[in-house]
Amino acid sequence: MTVMARNPASLGAPSPAMPARSAAHPPILRVMHWIGAAAVLCMILSGWQIYNASPLLPFVFPAWMTLGGWLAGGIAWHLAGLWLLLADGLLYLTYGFASGHFRRDFLPLDPRLVVRDLGRALTGRLAHRLGHYNAVQRLLYAGVLLVIVLTVLTGLSIWKPVQFAWLTDLFGGYDRARVLHFSAMCLIVTFLVVHLTLVAIFPRTLFAMIVGLRRQDDAEDRP
Amino acid sequence: MKPPRPPAPRLDDLKPELKRIERRLFLRGGLSLGALSLLTGCDLSTDSGIDRALWAMLRFNDRVQAALFEPNRLAPTYPASAITRPFRFNAYYPEWQVRTVGTDAWRLEVGGLVDDKKPWSLAELRQLPQEEQITRHVCVEGWSQIGQWSGVPLHIFLRRIGADLRAKYVAFRCFDDYSSSIDMASALHPQTILTLDFEQKPLDPPWGAPLRLRIPTKLGFKNPKHIAAMTVTNDYPGGYWENQGYNWYSGL
Repeated sequence: MTVMARNPASLGAPSPAMPARSAAHPPILRVMHWIGAAAVLCMILSGWQIYNASPLLPFVFPAWMTLGGWLAGGIAWHLAGLWLLLADGLLYLTYGFASGHFRRDFLPLDPRLVVRDLGRALTGRLAHRLGHYNAVQRLLYAGVLLVIVLTVLTGLSIWKPVQFAWLTDLFGGYDRARVLHFSAMCLIVTFLVVHLTLVAIFPRTLFAMIVGLRRQDDAEDRP
Repeated sequence: MKPPRPPAPRLDDLKPELKRIERRLFLRGGLSLGALSLLTGCDLSTDSGIDRALWAMLRFNDRVQAALFEPNRLAPTYPASAITRPFRFNAYYPEWQVRTVGTDAWRLEVGGLVDDKKPWSLAELRQLPQEEQITRHVCVEGWSQIGQWSGVPLHIFLRRIGADLRAKYVAFRCFDDYSSSIDMASALHPQTILTLDFEQKPLDPPWGAPLRLRIPTKLGFKNPKHIAAMTVTNDYPGGYWENQGYNWYSGL
């Protein structure tokens, strides 16, 4: 199965013996993915600019990696990207719950399956079928969603520590909320490194997210 | 019965499709790399479309923040034990450049949409009702510290001078060439005070002597020090940092 999944012949070629298969990712999902990706990238790079004005840790991000040119520019980008991220994120969450995408593709999230699939992935024995998420993917995608929600909430709590004082208190006060906001960013960046590495290993997943290759069939990849 | 195995597509059949996909990806990559290098140059100082869009978003964020502002919601207050010591100096210049003024000669000039434009001396300000607070001062850079300030609540002062409370802005001009301005709703907030004392002693020069604004519902740079004049107006006054691109409302 692993061999077949890597074979270009499985690149969504229509099979006469089976009914036409649906896209691995519907168009609306692909549009939301790329808008969200742009928004998250904007938030990270402008966030690094803001971080540099008063670093929490003994390092700053190189200027070329940041957005905005200086602190005010970074804040302007951060406050503009926020609305793009909020709009895209709320649309995506609504779609995810309403269409059954979350229930169908993220659940069940079984820790034993995560361990099993992680073992298989690390030993190169994990099949990858477009449009189907293995347990590790489920954990990563659901996890990064939760972390992005956490980043938005901690961000709001340090942007508005008076109007949303209850939220700031929930995160343990202004200083802790700021550290949490930074830590959540680190988790997102870690996710991106893993995500992009895997996309580089399986480039057809990139095609699938851009042009929408067909979903690959359920096959013998069952426990 | 097993369905007959479909004929495997040959690589040659897929080549045109792959070419098209490749070309599209190349174009997309080129566009986004070029776009990114253009975007990183946008810092609010140019006349580019993106900088104009960023300024427009800043104005939009001003309106959102004004809508979020709750006139009666108080900024959290802290016990005296939470006061940050030593307190950090901050201005647009280093501490050795702090300017001073003779407190006897100093007057607060009042102008714009007010009935009584008589200048105020420090002694006269001290005769008005005083209010004390221990609140968190949050800098636009991200750091914060807790301090203790006291002085005349601005809403009391504005009413005393017969200010038009329906005006949009209260602007401050400082004798260190700094300036800032706030919206009327924030000016009337009970914790917004014309500050005379820091830690229960008259302000020292680094903390804004002889008079500064303390407004715990806004970022630190909206708390001008060394105030020389106050104006009530409907014309957007801007400010030292605001004119360079810091978000004008900057509410907390």
